[in-house]
Amino acid sequence: MAGDRSDPIIRVHDVSVQFGVTKVLDGLSLDVKRGEILGFVGPSGAGKSVLTRTIIGLVPKIAGSIEVFGVDLDAADESARRAIERRWGVLFQQGALFSSLNVRQNIQFPVREYLNVSQRLLDEITIAKLGMVGLRPEVADRYPSELSGGMIKRVALARALALDPELVFLDEPTSGLDPIGAGDFDDLVRTLQRTLGLTVFMVTHDLDSLHTACDRIAVLGNGKIIAAGSMADMLASSHPWLRAYFHGKRARAVVG
Amino acid sequence: MDDGPTLEQIAQGDGLALCAAGPWTAGFAPVLERIVADAETLTGSRPNIFIDVSQISKLDTFGAWLIERLRRGLTHGNVEAKIAGLSANYASLVDEVRRVPAAEPTAARQNALITLLEDIGRNVVGFGTTLTDLIGMLGAVLAASGRVLRHPRSFRLTSTVHHLEQVCWRAVPIIVLITFLIGCIISQQGIFHFRKFGADIFVVDMLGVLVLREIGVLLVAIMVAGRSGSAYTAELGSMKMREEIDALRTMGFDPVEVLILPRMLALVIALPILAFLGAMAALYGGGLVAWLYGGVQPEAFLIRLRDAISIDHFVVGMIKAPVMAAVIGIVACVEGLAVQGSAESLGQRTTSSVVKGIFFVIVMDGVFAIFFATIGM
Ligand SMILES: Nc1ncnc2c1ncn2[C@@H]1O[C@H](COP(=O)(O)OP(=O)(O)OP(=O)(O)O)[C@@H](O)[C@H]1O
Ligand SMILES: [Mg+2]
Repeated sequence: MAGDRSDPIIRVHDVSVQFGVTKVLDGLSLDVKRGEILGFVGPSGAGKSVLTRTIIGLVPKIAGSIEVFGVDLDAADESARRAIERRWGVLFQQGALFSSLNVRQNIQFPVREYLNVSQRLLDEITIAKLGMVGLRPEVADRYPSELSGGMIKRVALARALALDPELVFLDEPTSGLDPIGAGDFDDLVRTLQRTLGLTVFMVTHDLDSLHTACDRIAVLGNGKIIAAGSMADMLASSHPWLRAYFHGKRARAVVG
Repeated sequence: MDDGPTLEQIAQGDGLALCAAGPWTAGFAPVLERIVADAETLTGSRPNIFIDVSQISKLDTFGAWLIERLRRGLTHGNVEAKIAGLSANYASLVDEVRRVPAAEPTAARQNALITLLEDIGRNVVGFGTTLTDLIGMLGAVLAASGRVLRHPRSFRLTSTVHHLEQVCWRAVPIIVLITFLIGCIISQQGIFHFRKFGADIFVVDMLGVLVLREIGVLLVAIMVAGRSGSAYTAELGSMKMREEIDALRTMGFDPVEVLILPRMLALVIALPILAFLGAMAALYGGGLVAWLYGGVQPEAFLIRLRDAISIDHFVVGMIKAPVMAAVIGIVACVEGLAVQGSAESLGQRTTSSVVKGIFFVIVMDGVFAIFFATIGM
């Protein structure tokens, strides 16, 4: 919806990240276009979460540059950073809900911080967001330690979406959800993309999600992007890992 | 064009169209809420009211919800208000919020007095359960010790040594420093006041008895409660939060045996050692001040000290130390295992571990004072 579709919203250029002596990302470059849903796959421990955290600025990089919304985050000052942080939402792999706040307060927390909204609207929006991620209103008063694993994922998603961000980072959003819930989630992401022009950076191992929700897929291996393109490109690729991933026993059931 | 959101009323025959225009987004929430509240007063004024959203330039969940709120507000009896001019893009978002159930009134606030009384009641009951929990933990630790004595192979030596390093070895510098300073202060104050009666030399009696019997042990116990008791509670509490203790239990390990016994043992060994080192440091500091400030020669100080104190004073201190260590350890472990799922509860439990630990240490000290006075030691 918003502006030029081909203009990248995230531009990662030649980024390297190292922990001790192990290089997790090694000269990785990746562009995410405005309004697209990018599925990010790769073997466990390849560095998908690390890349996500590097883009958000939680992990320091030893080389390369990252631009989000056309702003270089290293060069940006405090207020520019805050302005950008208000425009994105993040779903962490482990949920990262605030354990001392209940579900309602968790979702309202960023809204209260950034927007001037009446308590009544805040409560109604909370219920609406909970409904969108498939949770019943009575969940609102529970604490994170009282939620199931899938519910934590959903609440974390609702919190990531609380400010109607332009860009969301989702780290394995559908893991821990039942297949019906995961399907609803894919629909929700699609809906938000269409209505809000949402851009989604989604780390996932869910082949159904990749198939139905993602516009483009990027594959991480050996610290670099080894392939990026549509599902058809992935299926046509001759790279051994891609063949094993997209033509494996589990994939055949989905892709056919 | 994006000046701000508007809602125009346009009469159409016997109906009324509410034309929404501009950005209906979260940033304009206060304006939007006012617009919607004003429009809701029109409910029932015409037989047919509908909302035209074709002119909206930007819509997000907040805007979509407010339109839905308006639609529900305008719905009068069984005449449902309609939304017209919905573009395909926005339709699915509006559909999403349409499924939101109507807000239910939140529970009424309780009377402040009743809440206060409830709090007091809970605290009283809580104190009772604290005592039973402590006794329960003491029992569990003793039972675990019994098992370990019967099967010495199940004793966790590495873990015990590790905790001993943490609570004893690493605590030595700070404990020695603080008790040294306290010894200096006691000595200085004693000399300053005793000098008026020409009784300077009695400062040695006071220092010896106080340090070996009371202050030495008590002070070190309080420091250990703050330093190691809090660490135990935080460690066990975060393990509890992350289900690590449940994991241990499902693998057939007894958490008391694996986690608590080594910690308790380390503390029970450490506290007498620390109390002894602390007493020596305090005597040294006191002697130094007596010499430099009070002019009591070191030889005179030592001769006086030997006359003033008997081995009993030292034994009393050393008997108290392990018991106080056990009290601190049990309180810390009970609090650690009582941590619930939230970071806040971890903080509360750690605080209460230190507070209760110090409280029980002082109570124990009082009990010991009565006991030793009775048996004439
Ligand atoms: N803080 C850290 N310190 C040291 N090594 C780290 C750190 N964080 C991640 N790593 C290492 O970086 C590598 C990539 O981890 P990452 O969490 O990004 O994997 P992933 O691709 O997200 O895997 P998964 O699909 O299992 O979530 C792993 O080998 C991990 O051990
Ligand atoms: Mg990961």
